[in-house]
Amino acid sequence: MPFHFANVLLFTVTAIGFVFLSLFGGKFLRPNNPTPNKSLIYECGEKPIGQAWYNFNPRFYLIALVFVIFEVEIAFMYPVASVYKSFIDHGQGLLAFAEIFLFVAILAVGLAYVWAMGDLEWVKGLKQDVMKAHQAQQSAAIMAKKAA
Amino acid sequence: MQAFLDSLIRGWGHDPQTWVWTQLIYVAFMGLFSFAVINFAAVTAGIFSWAERRVAGRMQSRVGPNRAGPGGFYQWIADAVKLLTKEDLVPTEADQFLFRIAPYFMMVGFACVFVALPFSHRLVIAEMNVGVFYIIAVTALIVVGIIMSGWSSNSKWSLFGAIRSAAQIISYEIPAGMALMIPVLLSGTLSTQGIIRAQGPWPWEWYIFHDPASFAAFFIYFISALAEGNRTPFDLPEAESELVSGYNTEYSGMRFSYFFLVEWGNMWVMSALATTMFLGGWQVPFLPVTDAADKIAMLSGGWTVLAELASIAIFTFKTLFFVFIVMWLRWTLPRIRVDQMMNMCWKYLVPVSFAAVLFVAGWMLVIHAVPALDWIMRIVLTAGGAITLVMFWLRTLQNIKDTGDKFDFTSNW
Repeated sequence: MPFHFANVLLFTVTAIGFVFLSLFGGKFLRPNNPTPNKSLIYECGEKPIGQAWYNFNPRFYLIALVFVIFEVEIAFMYPVASVYKSFIDHGQGLLAFAEIFLFVAILAVGLAYVWAMGDLEWVKGLKQDVMKAHQAQQSAAIMAKKAA
Repeated sequence: MQAFLDSLIRGWGHDPQTWVWTQLIYVAFMGLFSFAVINFAAVTAGIFSWAERRVAGRMQSRVGPNRAGPGGFYQWIADAVKLLTKEDLVPTEADQFLFRIAPYFMMVGFACVFVALPFSHRLVIAEMNVGVFYIIAVTALIVVGIIMSGWSSNSKWSLFGAIRSAAQIISYEIPAGMALMIPVLLSGTLSTQGIIRAQGPWPWEWYIFHDPASFAAFFIYFISALAEGNRTPFDLPEAESELVSGYNTEYSGMRFSYFFLVEWGNMWVMSALATTMFLGGWQVPFLPVTDAADKIAMLSGGWTVLAELASIAIFTFKTLFFVFIVMWLRWTLPRIRVDQMMNMCWKYLVPVSFAAVLFVAGWMLVIHAVPALDWIMRIVLTAGGAITLVMFWLRTLQNIKDTGDKFDFTSNW
Protein backbone atom coordinates (compact mmCIF):
# COMPACT_ATOMS: atom_id res chain seq x y z
CA MET A 1 0.00 0.00 0.00
CA PRO A 2 2.64 2.66 0.86
CA PHE A 3 4.43 1.53 -2.31
CA HIS A 4 1.45 2.59 -4.46
CA PHE A 5 1.15 6.03 -2.98
CA ALA A 6 4.89 6.56 -2.95
CA ASN A 7 4.58 6.16 -6.73
CA VAL A 8 2.10 9.01 -6.86
CA LEU A 9 4.61 11.20 -5.04
CA LEU A 10 7.36 10.10 -7.41
CA PHE A 11 5.24 10.84 -10.47
CA THR A 12 4.38 14.28 -9.09
CA VAL A 13 8.04 15.05 -8.49
CA THR A 14 9.07 13.71 -11.91
CA ALA A 15 6.32 15.68 -13.70
CA ILE A 16 7.36 18.89 -11.93
CA GLY A 17 10.99 18.15 -12.73
CA PHE A 18 10.11 17.44 -16.36
CA VAL A 19 8.41 20.82 -16.80
CA PHE A 20 11.03 22.68 -14.77
CA LEU A 21 14.02 21.20 -16.59
CA SER A 22 12.59 21.81 -20.05
CA LEU A 23 11.76 25.42 -19.16
CA PHE A 24 15.11 25.96 -17.45
CA GLY A 25 17.04 24.24 -20.23
CA GLY A 26 15.12 26.20 -22.82
CA LYS A 27 16.35 29.38 -21.19
CA PHE A 28 19.74 28.86 -22.81
CA LEU A 29 18.23 28.20 -26.24
CA ARG A 30 15.58 30.85 -26.58
CA PRO A 31 15.96 34.59 -27.21
CA ASN A 32 14.92 36.99 -24.51
CA ASN A 33 14.35 40.59 -25.52
CA PRO A 34 11.08 41.80 -24.10
CA THR A 35 9.72 45.15 -25.22
CA PRO A 36 6.86 47.07 -23.58
CA ASN A 37 4.58 46.32 -26.51
CA LYS A 38 5.37 42.61 -26.45
CA SER A 39 4.57 42.39 -22.75
CA LEU A 40 1.12 43.91 -23.19
CA ILE A 41 -2.00 41.83 -22.64
CA TYR A 42 -3.58 40.75 -25.92
CA GLU A 43 -6.83 42.54 -26.67
CA CYS A 44 -7.25 42.34 -30.44
CA GLY A 45 -4.37 44.69 -31.14
CA GLU A 46 -5.74 47.57 -29.07
CA LYS A 47 -4.19 48.79 -25.82
CA PRO A 48 -6.02 46.79 -23.11
CA ILE A 49 -8.71 48.73 -21.27
CA GLY A 50 -8.60 48.13 -17.53
CA GLN A 51 -7.96 44.89 -15.69
CA ALA A 52 -9.55 41.53 -16.45
CA TRP A 53 -10.02 40.74 -12.77
CA TYR A 54 -13.64 41.67 -12.37
CA ASN A 55 -16.89 39.92 -11.47
CA PHE A 56 -18.02 37.15 -13.74
CA ASN A 57 -21.43 35.79 -14.47
CA PRO A 58 -23.13 34.18 -11.41
CA ARG A 59 -24.39 31.23 -13.45
CA PHE A 60 -20.91 29.73 -13.24
CA TYR A 61 -21.30 29.89 -9.47
CA LEU A 62 -24.63 28.03 -9.67
CA ILE A 63 -23.10 25.32 -11.86
CA ALA A 64 -20.21 24.95 -9.42
CA LEU A 65 -22.64 24.65 -6.50
CA VAL A 66 -24.71 21.95 -8.20
CA PHE A 67 -21.48 20.20 -9.22
CA VAL A 68 -20.23 20.05 -5.62
CA ILE A 69 -23.44 18.32 -4.49
CA PHE A 70 -23.32 15.67 -7.20
CA GLU A 71 -19.58 15.16 -6.95
CA VAL A 72 -19.93 14.48 -3.23
CA GLU A 73 -22.68 12.03 -4.13
CA ILE A 74 -20.32 10.25 -6.52
CA ALA A 75 -17.63 10.16 -3.86
CA PHE A 76 -20.11 8.47 -1.50
CA MET A 77 -21.43 6.11 -4.16
CA TYR A 78 -18.09 4.61 -5.21
CA PRO A 79 -17.40 2.69 -1.98
CA VAL A 80 -20.95 1.33 -2.04
CA ALA A 81 -20.65 0.38 -5.71
CA SER A 82 -17.43 -1.53 -5.03
CA VAL A 83 -19.02 -3.71 -2.33
CA TYR A 84 -22.43 -4.12 -4.01
CA LYS A 85 -21.39 -7.37 -5.67
CA SER A 86 -20.33 -8.99 -2.41
CA PHE A 87 -23.65 -7.91 -0.87
CA ILE A 88 -25.44 -9.82 -3.64
CA ASP A 89 -23.20 -12.85 -3.13
CA HIS A 90 -24.11 -12.85 0.55
CA GLY A 91 -27.83 -12.71 -0.24
CA GLN A 92 -28.23 -9.09 0.92
CA GLY A 93 -28.68 -7.74 -2.62
CA LEU A 94 -32.20 -6.39 -2.18
CA LEU A 95 -31.20 -4.41 0.91
CA ALA A 96 -28.20 -2.85 -0.85
CA PHE A 97 -30.31 -2.08 -3.91
CA ALA A 98 -32.95 -0.37 -1.77
CA GLU A 99 -30.27 1.75 -0.12
CA ILE A 100 -28.67 2.76 -3.44
CA PHE A 101 -32.13 3.48 -4.85
CA LEU A 102 -33.04 5.69 -1.89
CA PHE A 103 -29.77 7.60 -2.09
CA VAL A 104 -30.04 8.20 -5.84
CA ALA A 105 -33.74 9.06 -5.53
CA ILE A 106 -33.04 11.81 -2.98
CA LEU A 107 -30.44 13.29 -5.33
CA ALA A 108 -32.76 12.90 -8.31
CA VAL A 109 -35.31 15.00 -6.39
CA GLY A 110 -32.56 17.57 -5.94
CA LEU A 111 -31.83 17.54 -9.67
CA ALA A 112 -35.55 17.85 -10.44
CA TYR A 113 -35.78 20.84 -8.09
CA VAL A 114 -32.79 22.58 -9.66
CA TRP A 115 -34.24 21.84 -13.08
CA ALA A 116 -37.72 23.13 -12.20
CA MET A 117 -36.27 26.31 -10.69
CA GLY A 118 -34.59 27.03 -14.02
CA ASP A 119 -31.04 26.92 -12.64
CA LEU A 120 -29.96 24.55 -15.39
CA GLU A 121 -30.99 27.04 -18.07
CA TRP A 122 -27.91 28.64 -19.53
CA VAL A 123 -29.81 31.53 -21.09
CA LYS A 124 -31.46 33.24 -18.16
CA GLY A 125 -33.58 36.19 -17.21
CA LEU A 126 -34.28 38.33 -20.14
CA LYS A 127 -35.56 35.63 -22.47
CA GLN A 128 -37.90 34.19 -19.84
CA ASP A 129 -39.15 37.66 -18.96
CA VAL A 130 -39.81 38.36 -22.61
CA MET A 131 -41.71 35.08 -22.99
CA LYS A 132 -43.78 35.78 -19.87
CA ALA A 133 -44.59 39.26 -21.11
CA HIS A 134 -45.52 37.78 -24.49
CA GLN A 135 -47.86 35.25 -22.85
CA ALA A 136 -49.49 37.97 -20.71
CA GLN A 137 -49.99 40.06 -23.82
CA GLN A 138 -51.60 37.17 -25.68
CA SER A 139 -53.95 36.26 -22.85
CA ALA A 140 -54.92 39.93 -22.52
CA ALA A 141 -55.70 40.00 -26.24
CA ILE A 142 -57.87 36.88 -25.90
CA MET A 143 -59.70 38.42 -22.92
CA ALA A 144 -60.25 41.60 -24.93
CA LYS A 145 -61.64 39.56 -27.84
CA LYS A 146 -64.00 37.68 -25.50
CA ALA A 147 -65.18 40.92 -23.96
CA ALA A 148 -65.85 42.32 -27.40
CA MET B 1 5.69 -3.45 -10.25
CA GLN B 2 6.42 -4.11 -6.59
CA ALA B 3 6.38 -7.86 -7.22
CA PHE B 4 8.80 -7.39 -10.13
CA LEU B 5 11.23 -5.37 -7.99
CA ASP B 6 10.94 -7.89 -5.15
CA SER B 7 11.86 -10.71 -7.52
CA LEU B 8 14.76 -8.61 -8.80
CA ILE B 9 16.06 -8.14 -5.25
CA ARG B 10 15.61 -11.84 -4.54
CA GLY B 11 17.61 -12.53 -7.69
CA TRP B 12 20.49 -10.57 -6.15
CA GLY B 13 20.32 -12.89 -3.13
CA HIS B 14 18.62 -10.60 -0.61
CA ASP B 15 15.28 -10.76 1.16
CA PRO B 16 13.23 -7.67 0.23
CA GLN B 17 11.50 -7.74 3.62
CA THR B 18 14.67 -7.32 5.64
CA TRP B 19 17.29 -5.89 3.28
CA VAL B 20 18.20 -2.30 4.31
CA TRP B 21 18.50 -1.00 0.74
CA THR B 22 15.06 -2.23 -0.41
CA GLN B 23 13.42 1.19 -0.12
CA LEU B 24 16.27 2.84 -2.00
CA ILE B 25 16.02 0.29 -4.82
CA TYR B 26 12.27 0.94 -4.98
CA VAL B 27 12.76 4.70 -5.24
CA ALA B 28 15.57 4.41 -7.81
CA PHE B 29 13.69 2.03 -10.10
CA MET B 30 10.30 3.70 -9.76
CA GLY B 31 11.92 7.07 -10.43
CA LEU B 32 13.34 5.60 -13.61
CA PHE B 33 9.96 4.13 -14.56
CA SER B 34 8.12 7.37 -13.83
CA PHE B 35 10.57 9.24 -16.07
CA ALA B 36 10.06 6.65 -18.81
CA VAL B 37 6.26 6.77 -18.53
CA ILE B 38 6.12 10.58 -18.57
CA ASN B 39 8.35 10.60 -21.63
CA PHE B 40 6.10 7.98 -23.21
CA ALA B 41 3.11 10.25 -22.53
CA ALA B 42 4.88 13.27 -24.00
CA VAL B 43 6.04 11.37 -27.09
CA THR B 44 2.58 9.87 -27.74
CA ALA B 45 1.09 13.35 -27.40
CA GLY B 46 3.62 14.59 -29.99
CA ILE B 47 2.89 11.72 -32.36
CA PHE B 48 -0.85 12.27 -31.97
CA SER B 49 -0.36 15.92 -32.93
CA TRP B 50 1.21 14.74 -36.19
CA ALA B 51 -1.35 11.96 -36.71
CA GLU B 52 -4.20 14.35 -36.11
CA ARG B 53 -2.99 16.71 -38.82
CA ARG B 54 -2.54 13.83 -41.24
CA VAL B 55 -6.01 12.45 -40.47
CA ALA B 56 -7.48 15.96 -40.83
CA GLY B 57 -5.74 16.34 -44.17
CA ARG B 58 -7.03 13.00 -45.41
CA MET B 59 -10.59 13.82 -44.30
CA GLN B 60 -10.55 17.20 -46.00
CA SER B 61 -9.02 15.87 -49.23
CA ARG B 62 -5.69 17.60 -48.75
CA VAL B 63 -2.25 16.31 -47.90
CA GLY B 64 -1.32 17.62 -44.45
CA PRO B 65 2.26 17.95 -43.20
CA ASN B 66 4.43 15.67 -45.37
CA ARG B 67 7.80 17.44 -45.67
CA ALA B 68 9.79 16.47 -42.54
CA GLY B 69 10.69 12.81 -42.79
CA PRO B 70 8.63 9.96 -44.25
CA GLY B 71 5.01 11.08 -44.42
CA GLY B 72 5.95 14.13 -42.39
CA PHE B 73 6.50 11.95 -39.34
CA TYR B 74 9.25 14.13 -37.87
CA GLN B 75 6.95 17.14 -37.90
CA TRP B 76 6.22 16.79 -34.19
CA ILE B 77 9.95 16.83 -33.37
CA ALA B 78 10.39 19.96 -35.50
CA ASP B 79 7.46 21.53 -33.64
CA ALA B 80 8.97 20.64 -30.26
CA VAL B 81 12.32 22.19 -31.24
CA LYS B 82 10.56 25.29 -32.49
CA LEU B 83 8.58 25.67 -29.26
CA LEU B 84 11.75 25.16 -27.21
CA THR B 85 13.56 27.99 -29.01
CA LYS B 86 10.66 30.46 -28.94
CA GLU B 87 10.77 33.49 -26.70
CA ASP B 88 8.90 32.96 -23.45
CA LEU B 89 6.68 35.97 -22.91
CA VAL B 90 5.06 36.73 -19.57
CA PRO B 91 2.82 39.81 -19.66
CA THR B 92 3.92 42.48 -17.18
CA GLU B 93 0.32 42.96 -16.03
CA ALA B 94 -0.18 39.26 -15.30
CA ASP B 95 0.07 37.59 -11.91
CA GLN B 96 3.63 36.38 -12.40
CA PHE B 97 3.69 33.58 -9.86
CA LEU B 98 0.37 31.93 -10.79
CA PHE B 99 1.11 32.41 -14.49
CA ARG B 100 4.35 30.49 -14.13
CA ILE B 101 3.08 27.59 -12.02
CA ALA B 102 -0.14 26.85 -13.96
CA PRO B 103 1.56 24.43 -16.44
CA TYR B 104 2.93 22.43 -13.51
CA PHE B 105 -0.60 21.72 -12.29
CA MET B 106 -1.67 20.61 -15.76
CA MET B 107 1.31 18.31 -16.11
CA VAL B 108 1.03 16.79 -12.61
CA GLY B 109 -2.69 16.10 -13.07
CA PHE B 110 -1.93 14.43 -16.38
CA ALA B 111 1.13 12.43 -15.33
CA CYS B 112 -0.37 11.07 -12.11
CA VAL B 113 -3.11 9.28 -14.06
CA PHE B 114 -0.48 6.91 -15.44
CA VAL B 115 0.24 5.49 -11.98
CA ALA B 116 -3.00 3.50 -12.06
CA LEU B 117 -3.49 3.19 -15.82
CA PRO B 118 -2.53 -0.29 -17.09
CA PHE B 119 -0.57 -1.01 -20.26
CA SER B 120 -0.69 -4.81 -20.22
CA HIS B 121 -1.14 -7.88 -18.06
CA ARG B 122 1.89 -7.08 -15.89
CA LEU B 123 2.84 -3.62 -17.07
CA VAL B 124 1.17 -1.29 -14.61
CA ILE B 125 3.02 1.10 -12.32
CA ALA B 126 0.94 0.37 -9.21
CA GLU B 127 -2.08 -1.90 -9.01
CA MET B 128 -3.98 0.42 -6.69
CA ASN B 129 -7.05 -0.85 -4.91
CA VAL B 130 -8.69 2.55 -5.44
CA GLY B 131 -7.55 2.88 -9.08
CA VAL B 132 -10.65 4.29 -10.81
CA PHE B 133 -11.47 6.65 -7.97
CA TYR B 134 -7.88 7.86 -7.93
CA ILE B 135 -7.90 8.53 -11.68
CA ILE B 136 -11.10 10.59 -11.40
CA ALA B 137 -9.57 12.49 -8.48
CA VAL B 138 -6.23 13.43 -10.05
CA THR B 139 -7.68 14.47 -13.40
CA ALA B 140 -9.48 17.22 -11.47
CA LEU B 141 -6.08 18.89 -11.00
CA ILE B 142 -6.19 19.88 -14.67
CA VAL B 143 -9.17 22.15 -13.93
CA VAL B 144 -7.09 23.91 -11.27
CA GLY B 145 -4.36 24.50 -13.86
CA ILE B 146 -6.86 25.87 -16.37
CA ILE B 147 -8.49 28.26 -13.89
CA MET B 148 -5.07 29.37 -12.68
CA SER B 149 -3.77 30.09 -16.17
CA GLY B 150 -6.91 31.92 -17.20
CA TRP B 151 -7.19 34.06 -14.08
CA SER B 152 -3.51 34.93 -13.80
CA SER B 153 -3.22 36.05 -17.44
CA ASN B 154 -5.23 39.20 -16.67
CA SER B 155 -6.68 38.97 -20.17
CA LYS B 156 -10.40 39.03 -20.80
CA TRP B 157 -10.16 36.23 -23.33
CA SER B 158 -8.25 34.02 -20.94
CA LEU B 159 -10.69 34.64 -18.11
CA PHE B 160 -13.75 33.85 -20.23
CA GLY B 161 -12.08 30.77 -21.67
CA ALA B 162 -10.99 29.52 -18.26
CA ILE B 163 -14.32 29.85 -16.47
CA ARG B 164 -16.15 28.41 -19.43
CA SER B 165 -13.73 25.51 -19.56
CA ALA B 166 -13.99 24.93 -15.82
CA ALA B 167 -17.80 24.95 -15.97
CA GLN B 168 -17.68 22.45 -18.83
CA ILE B 169 -15.17 20.09 -17.24
CA ILE B 170 -16.81 19.98 -13.82
CA SER B 171 -20.28 19.52 -15.36
CA TYR B 172 -19.18 16.56 -17.45
CA GLU B 173 -17.35 15.03 -14.51
CA ILE B 174 -20.74 13.98 -13.08
CA PRO B 175 -21.91 11.77 -15.99
CA ALA B 176 -18.36 10.47 -16.48
CA GLY B 177 -18.12 9.51 -12.81
CA MET B 178 -21.54 7.83 -12.84
CA ALA B 179 -20.77 5.96 -16.07
CA LEU B 180 -17.47 4.66 -14.70
CA MET B 181 -19.35 3.46 -11.63
CA ILE B 182 -21.07 0.78 -13.70
CA PRO B 183 -17.97 -1.38 -14.33
CA VAL B 184 -17.21 -0.94 -10.62
CA LEU B 185 -20.68 -2.23 -9.72
CA LEU B 186 -20.33 -5.18 -12.09
CA SER B 187 -16.83 -6.22 -11.07
CA GLY B 188 -16.97 -5.33 -7.39
CA THR B 189 -13.54 -3.73 -7.36
CA LEU B 190 -12.05 -0.26 -7.92
CA SER B 191 -8.70 -1.56 -9.18
CA THR B 192 -8.22 -1.01 -12.92
CA GLN B 193 -6.45 -4.36 -13.30
CA GLY B 194 -9.17 -6.05 -11.25
CA ILE B 195 -11.87 -4.67 -13.57
CA ILE B 196 -10.01 -6.05 -16.61
CA ARG B 197 -9.60 -9.41 -14.87
CA ALA B 198 -13.35 -9.47 -14.21
CA GLN B 199 -13.96 -9.17 -17.96
CA GLY B 200 -12.86 -11.62 -20.63
CA PRO B 201 -11.10 -11.57 -24.00
CA TRP B 202 -14.22 -12.01 -26.14
CA PRO B 203 -16.69 -9.19 -26.93
CA TRP B 204 -19.60 -10.87 -25.13
CA GLU B 205 -17.53 -10.90 -21.96
CA TRP B 206 -16.87 -7.15 -22.11
CA TYR B 207 -18.86 -4.77 -19.95
CA ILE B 208 -20.00 -2.72 -22.94
CA PHE B 209 -22.18 -5.66 -24.02
CA HIS B 210 -23.21 -6.71 -20.52
CA ASP B 211 -26.62 -5.06 -20.54
CA PRO B 212 -28.36 -2.11 -22.24
CA ALA B 213 -27.47 0.29 -19.41
CA SER B 214 -23.75 -0.47 -19.53
CA PHE B 215 -23.91 -0.11 -23.33
CA ALA B 216 -25.38 3.37 -22.79
CA ALA B 217 -22.82 4.06 -20.06
CA PHE B 218 -19.96 3.48 -22.47
CA PHE B 219 -21.26 6.20 -24.77
CA ILE B 220 -22.00 8.52 -21.84
CA TYR B 221 -18.42 8.06 -20.68
CA PHE B 222 -17.04 8.63 -24.16
CA ILE B 223 -19.03 11.85 -24.70
CA SER B 224 -18.12 13.13 -21.24
CA ALA B 225 -14.46 12.31 -21.78
CA LEU B 226 -14.50 14.27 -25.04
CA ALA B 227 -15.94 17.23 -23.16
CA GLU B 228 -13.46 16.87 -20.29
CA GLY B 229 -10.56 16.78 -22.73
CA ASN B 230 -11.85 19.92 -24.48
CA ARG B 231 -12.08 18.05 -27.75
CA THR B 232 -14.38 18.98 -30.62
CA PRO B 233 -17.43 19.13 -30.61
CA PHE B 234 -16.86 20.42 -27.06
CA ASP B 235 -13.86 22.67 -27.68
CA LEU B 236 -15.73 25.80 -26.58
CA PRO B 237 -12.92 27.00 -24.29
CA GLU B 238 -10.73 27.40 -27.35
CA ALA B 239 -13.43 28.67 -29.67
CA GLU B 240 -11.04 30.66 -31.87
CA SER B 241 -13.71 32.74 -33.51
CA GLU B 242 -15.01 34.14 -30.23
CA LEU B 243 -12.35 33.65 -27.54
CA VAL B 244 -9.08 33.95 -29.51
CA SER B 245 -7.52 30.90 -27.86
CA GLY B 246 -9.22 30.60 -24.49
CA TYR B 247 -7.26 30.16 -21.29
CA ASN B 248 -3.85 29.89 -23.00
CA THR B 249 -4.09 33.15 -25.00
CA GLU B 250 -1.19 34.82 -23.17
CA TYR B 251 1.10 31.79 -23.15
CA SER B 252 3.91 31.28 -25.63
CA GLY B 253 6.77 28.94 -26.38
CA MET B 254 7.45 25.94 -24.16
CA ARG B 255 5.06 27.07 -21.44
CA PHE B 256 2.25 27.08 -24.00
CA SER B 257 3.15 23.66 -25.33
CA TYR B 258 2.29 21.96 -22.01
CA PHE B 259 -1.38 22.85 -22.39
CA PHE B 260 -1.45 21.10 -25.73
CA LEU B 261 0.74 18.24 -24.59
CA VAL B 262 -1.88 17.56 -21.93
CA GLU B 263 -4.73 17.90 -24.41
CA TRP B 264 -3.25 15.42 -26.86
CA GLY B 265 -1.95 13.13 -24.17
CA ASN B 266 -5.45 13.06 -22.73
CA MET B 267 -6.63 11.28 -25.86
CA TRP B 268 -4.53 8.31 -24.81
CA VAL B 269 -5.78 8.52 -21.21
CA MET B 270 -9.47 8.66 -22.10
CA SER B 271 -9.18 5.91 -24.72
CA ALA B 272 -7.14 3.68 -22.43
CA LEU B 273 -9.66 4.19 -19.64
CA ALA B 274 -12.56 3.35 -21.97
CA THR B 275 -10.69 0.21 -23.06
CA THR B 276 -10.00 -0.75 -19.46
CA MET B 277 -13.47 -0.18 -18.10
CA PHE B 278 -15.71 -1.35 -20.94
CA LEU B 279 -13.73 -3.21 -23.60
CA GLY B 280 -11.85 -5.95 -21.81
CA GLY B 281 -8.49 -4.14 -21.64
CA TRP B 282 -5.51 -6.35 -22.44
CA GLN B 283 -7.26 -9.74 -22.24
CA VAL B 284 -5.73 -12.12 -24.80
CA PRO B 285 -8.08 -14.56 -26.59
CA PHE B 286 -7.74 -18.19 -25.35
CA LEU B 287 -5.69 -16.95 -22.37
CA PRO B 288 -8.31 -15.43 -20.06
CA VAL B 289 -6.97 -13.99 -16.82
CA THR B 290 -9.37 -13.97 -13.88
CA ASP B 291 -8.86 -13.48 -10.17
CA ALA B 292 -9.13 -17.26 -9.74
CA ALA B 293 -6.90 -18.47 -12.56
CA ASP B 294 -4.18 -16.58 -14.42
CA LYS B 295 -3.62 -18.45 -17.71
CA ILE B 296 -0.80 -16.11 -18.79
CA ALA B 297 1.19 -16.70 -15.60
CA MET B 298 0.70 -20.46 -16.03
CA LEU B 299 2.56 -20.44 -19.36
CA SER B 300 6.26 -21.18 -19.33
CA GLY B 301 9.41 -19.71 -20.86
CA GLY B 302 9.14 -17.85 -24.15
CA TRP B 303 5.36 -18.28 -24.28
CA THR B 304 4.97 -15.97 -21.27
CA VAL B 305 6.88 -13.23 -23.06
CA LEU B 306 4.84 -13.79 -26.22
CA ALA B 307 1.54 -13.63 -24.32
CA GLU B 308 2.72 -10.50 -22.53
CA LEU B 309 3.59 -8.84 -25.85
CA ALA B 310 0.23 -9.92 -27.25
CA SER B 311 -1.53 -8.29 -24.32
CA ILE B 312 0.39 -5.04 -24.88
CA ALA B 313 -0.49 -5.17 -28.60
CA ILE B 314 -4.18 -5.79 -27.91
CA PHE B 315 -4.42 -2.98 -25.38
CA THR B 316 -2.56 -0.55 -27.64
CA PHE B 317 -4.67 -1.48 -30.64
CA LYS B 318 -7.95 -0.91 -28.83
CA THR B 319 -6.69 2.38 -27.40
CA LEU B 320 -5.38 3.69 -30.71
CA PHE B 321 -8.65 2.73 -32.36
CA PHE B 322 -10.49 5.07 -29.98
CA VAL B 323 -7.85 7.77 -30.42
CA PHE B 324 -8.64 7.56 -34.12
CA ILE B 325 -12.38 7.82 -33.42
CA VAL B 326 -11.73 10.96 -31.36
CA MET B 327 -9.84 12.51 -34.28
CA TRP B 328 -12.52 11.38 -36.68
CA LEU B 329 -15.20 13.10 -34.56
CA ARG B 330 -13.14 16.26 -34.45
CA TRP B 331 -13.10 16.58 -38.22
CA THR B 332 -16.72 15.52 -38.67
CA LEU B 333 -18.79 17.41 -36.12
CA PRO B 334 -19.13 21.19 -35.79
CA ARG B 335 -18.66 22.86 -32.42
CA ILE B 336 -21.86 23.01 -30.36
CA ARG B 337 -23.19 26.10 -28.64
CA VAL B 338 -22.48 26.69 -24.95
CA ASP B 339 -26.13 26.44 -23.83
CA GLN B 340 -26.58 23.24 -25.88
CA MET B 341 -23.47 21.85 -24.23
CA MET B 342 -24.80 22.55 -20.73
CA ASN B 343 -28.27 21.23 -21.61
CA MET B 344 -26.80 18.04 -22.98
CA CYS B 345 -24.89 17.43 -19.77
CA TRP B 346 -27.44 18.33 -17.11
CA LYS B 347 -30.71 17.44 -18.85
CA TYR B 348 -29.71 14.33 -20.75
CA LEU B 349 -26.46 12.72 -19.63
CA VAL B 350 -26.86 13.19 -15.85
CA PRO B 351 -30.42 11.75 -15.58
CA VAL B 352 -29.58 8.93 -18.01
CA SER B 353 -26.43 8.03 -16.09
CA PHE B 354 -28.40 7.95 -12.81
CA ALA B 355 -30.97 5.66 -14.43
CA ALA B 356 -28.20 3.50 -15.88
CA VAL B 357 -26.59 2.95 -12.47
CA LEU B 358 -29.96 1.96 -10.96
CA PHE B 359 -30.73 -0.30 -13.93
CA VAL B 360 -27.41 -2.12 -13.62
CA ALA B 361 -27.87 -2.54 -9.85
CA GLY B 362 -31.32 -4.02 -10.50
CA TRP B 363 -30.11 -6.15 -13.40
CA MET B 364 -27.41 -7.67 -11.20
CA LEU B 365 -30.13 -8.80 -8.80
CA VAL B 366 -32.08 -10.30 -11.70
CA ILE B 367 -29.15 -12.24 -13.16
CA HIS B 368 -28.19 -13.41 -9.69
CA ALA B 369 -31.63 -15.04 -9.50
CA VAL B 370 -31.73 -16.22 -13.16
CA PRO B 371 -28.14 -16.65 -14.45
CA ALA B 372 -29.30 -17.73 -17.93
CA LEU B 373 -30.62 -14.22 -18.62
CA ASP B 374 -27.09 -12.86 -18.28
CA TRP B 375 -25.80 -14.88 -21.24
CA ILE B 376 -28.90 -14.28 -23.36
CA MET B 377 -28.54 -10.51 -22.89
CA ARG B 378 -24.80 -10.53 -23.61
CA ILE B 379 -25.17 -12.56 -26.79
CA VAL B 380 -28.12 -10.49 -28.04
CA LEU B 381 -26.21 -7.23 -27.48
CA THR B 382 -22.99 -8.56 -29.04
CA ALA B 383 -24.90 -9.80 -32.07
CA GLY B 384 -26.58 -6.40 -32.33
CA GLY B 385 -23.20 -4.68 -32.16
CA ALA B 386 -21.71 -7.00 -34.77
CA ILE B 387 -24.64 -6.47 -37.15
CA THR B 388 -24.30 -2.68 -36.75
CA LEU B 389 -20.59 -2.87 -37.56
CA VAL B 390 -21.17 -5.00 -40.65
CA MET B 391 -23.92 -2.68 -41.89
CA PHE B 392 -21.66 0.31 -41.32
CA TRP B 393 -18.86 -1.36 -43.24
CA LEU B 394 -21.13 -2.23 -46.17
CA ARG B 395 -22.50 1.31 -46.22
CA THR B 396 -18.97 2.75 -46.32
CA LEU B 397 -17.98 0.42 -49.16
CA GLN B 398 -21.10 1.44 -51.04
CA ASN B 399 -20.29 5.14 -50.54
CA ILE B 400 -16.73 4.64 -51.78
CA LYS B 401 -18.06 2.73 -54.81
CA ASP B 402 -20.57 5.47 -55.59
CA THR B 403 -18.27 8.48 -55.27
CA GLY B 404 -14.86 6.94 -55.85
CA ASP B 405 -11.80 7.23 -53.59
CA LYS B 406 -9.59 9.82 -55.22
CA PHE B 407 -6.75 9.86 -52.72
CA ASP B 408 -3.36 9.24 -54.26
CA PHE B 409 -1.32 7.10 -51.88
CA THR B 410 1.59 6.54 -54.26
CA SER B 411 3.03 10.04 -54.58
CA ASN B 412 3.09 13.06 -52.30
CA TRP B 413 2.28 10.91 -49.27
